[in-house]
Amino acid sequence: MTDTTHNTHSDVLAGSGLTLAKALPWLIASAFLLVMPFVFTSNSAITIMNQMAITIIFALSYNMLLGQGGMLSFGHAVYMGVGGFLCVHIMNWDQFFGTLPLPVLPIFGGLFGMGLALIVGSFSTRRAGTVFAMISLGVGELIAACSVIIVVFFGGEEGISGDRTYGLPFFGIEFLQQIEVYYLTAFWLVLSALGMFLFSRTPVGRMANAVRDNPERAEFLGYSARWVRFYSFVASGFFAGIAGGLFAINYEILTEENLNLATSGSILLVTFLGGVGFFFGPVIGAIVFTLLQTVLSLQTELWALYVGALFVATVMFFPGGLAGVLMMHTPPLVLGKLHLLVKPYIKTLLPAAICILATAGFIEILFHARHAAIGDDQMTLFWMTFSHANPVPWIAFGAVALGGFWLARRNAPELVETWHEANTDTGARP
Amino acid sequence: MTAALEITNLRKSFGQTEIIRGVDLQIMPGERHAVIGPNGAGKSTLFNLITGRFPQTAGVVALHGHDLKGKAPYEINRMGLSRSFQITNIFPKMTVFENVRCSLLWSMGYRYSFWNMVARSRALNEGAEAILEQINLQRRRDIPAGMLSYAEQRALEIGITIAGGADVIMLDEPTAGMSHSETDYIMDLIRDVTEGKTLVMVEHDMGVVFGLADRISVLVYGEIIATGTPTDVRANPRVQEAYLGAALEAEH
Repeated sequence: MTDTTHNTHSDVLAGSGLTLAKALPWLIASAFLLVMPFVFTSNSAITIMNQMAITIIFALSYNMLLGQGGMLSFGHAVYMGVGGFLCVHIMNWDQFFGTLPLPVLPIFGGLFGMGLALIVGSFSTRRAGTVFAMISLGVGELIAACSVIIVVFFGGEEGISGDRTYGLPFFGIEFLQQIEVYYLTAFWLVLSALGMFLFSRTPVGRMANAVRDNPERAEFLGYSARWVRFYSFVASGFFAGIAGGLFAINYEILTEENLNLATSGSILLVTFLGGVGFFFGPVIGAIVFTLLQTVLSLQTELWALYVGALFVATVMFFPGGLAGVLMMHTPPLVLGKLHLLVKPYIKTLLPAAICILATAGFIEILFHARHAAIGDDQMTLFWMTFSHANPVPWIAFGAVALGGFWLARRNAPELVETWHEANTDTGARP
Repeated sequence: MTAALEITNLRKSFGQTEIIRGVDLQIMPGERHAVIGPNGAGKSTLFNLITGRFPQTAGVVALHGHDLKGKAPYEINRMGLSRSFQITNIFPKMTVFENVRCSLLWSMGYRYSFWNMVARSRALNEGAEAILEQINLQRRRDIPAGMLSYAEQRALEIGITIAGGADVIMLDEPTAGMSHSETDYIMDLIRDVTEGKTLVMVEHDMGVVFGLADRISVLVYGEIIATGTPTDVRANPRVQEAYLGAALEAEH
């Protein structure tokens, strides 16, 4: 115990400069971003990765409010949306856009998002909690409604579109290819994530956590809880606007859908799924969600049902999100007991996974039986083709689901026991 | 010399009920002053009025001669008054070290800075370490404050209260709910950390009160019935009648 305290102590004193240990995650992430297009070369994969990068920035900016500042917003899509709309307008403004290199464009989205956050934040950040949530919902609805009223800016129901390639060529790159857009997006992803991370390490970023935990105590330390929230809110609006600018570059079209409540709700879902308690939580959430949204939606019409179930399960059983689940393993890792968990994990989680897949299979057959066109009884599931009128697949999937459930149930106590053991310091450390 | 804290004819009503009924109190710089009284006498309300948590109905609270009327808690704090709470009031999800470091930020002039990195400021981190050492929590510095034991949380609460360097420290029942050994520890701690500062405390434990305070005020039903040195107060017949006799008996 004593030597661990000692280590962390010297860490902090040495930590006043930039150390390799601190820069390492960022270097690895950047290298990863550079290499990804060589691993997944297809255009559709690159589109998915672009979508992911944009969602990551958006979710991180959302977590500046929810995770860092304790503000539950139901209207965050607005800031991303208006940033995106402005960027499309700039794309359509030929004289100006012709002199502007495309990579600079997201800045304008950011500033516009920040401007709106400045106005809304001036009255919405007075209180956190329900009052803040309700104001964010109201403002979100208001601006979404404006999209069909202020047609000149929002373009009405069909939205507005532009062409990114009219910008000033950037070192000869005209951003005709998806891959060029990918690197532009990746660049902004690293820059924005770093910006948001560093913000959380500044005095006002630290106080955002303090205000989240206990606004009254923060006031008795000399900080106005309201102004601390306001600064976080404005910064969050800026990064959401950046995400909007990147969205504009990627899709070259923005519609009402980009700022409506459904989008605001889904970013809450993404952030919570990833985990609000850790800076990198929303990154995981955005990656998993985008994968589910794009890959799973190609496989099944019911993807939203599964995502919903995953979200409910996360809220109920893992309020720390996926990042929380990962970080739960830090104590066993520190104690050098992580290996103890491998076997019980396989024995419990594998049957559980099989149970979930079989249940999903059962639901798919049911869905097909109820909703397929008359006469179309053939369906393909897990590389097997069969008729939904045949009782065998029903029985098989049902039996596998029950069997998996029974096995997982039977082995769960062992997992719990091992978990406790792996988290107990027996002092027998090398 | 201006009083560190001067309260004149302070009143507070909640609806029809008057809780604080004309309190006058003068506390000089460097004095350790205890406010005692039976349950429901209005001690915590008095604290909340002084620190701007509630607005007063009438009367004046002056800190170093400046009227505090209409000032928000954060403004009062910036003028050099800091308080602790009867119910532990810390930042539970932040580490112990972060708790202390946050309480240093304003007084070190960082204000709402978003261009400084807290990890890079030597003065800030060493200052926080020094406070941790003073409250004897270095060994717990990296765990979330919510996971500390009760006595440790109380010590942290005091640490947060004194960290900003305020010269008037107000402690609301710092030893509430503590065992004897914990009480002794907190009492020594309070004596240490308030050296050279003005201390105002509400306390039920007569051992702590008579051990720490230079002067004592007795608050009964929203009025101060006696103020003076521990010996004077102990000897005051009104105090004995109203409160102290019973309290002292209960102690034994």
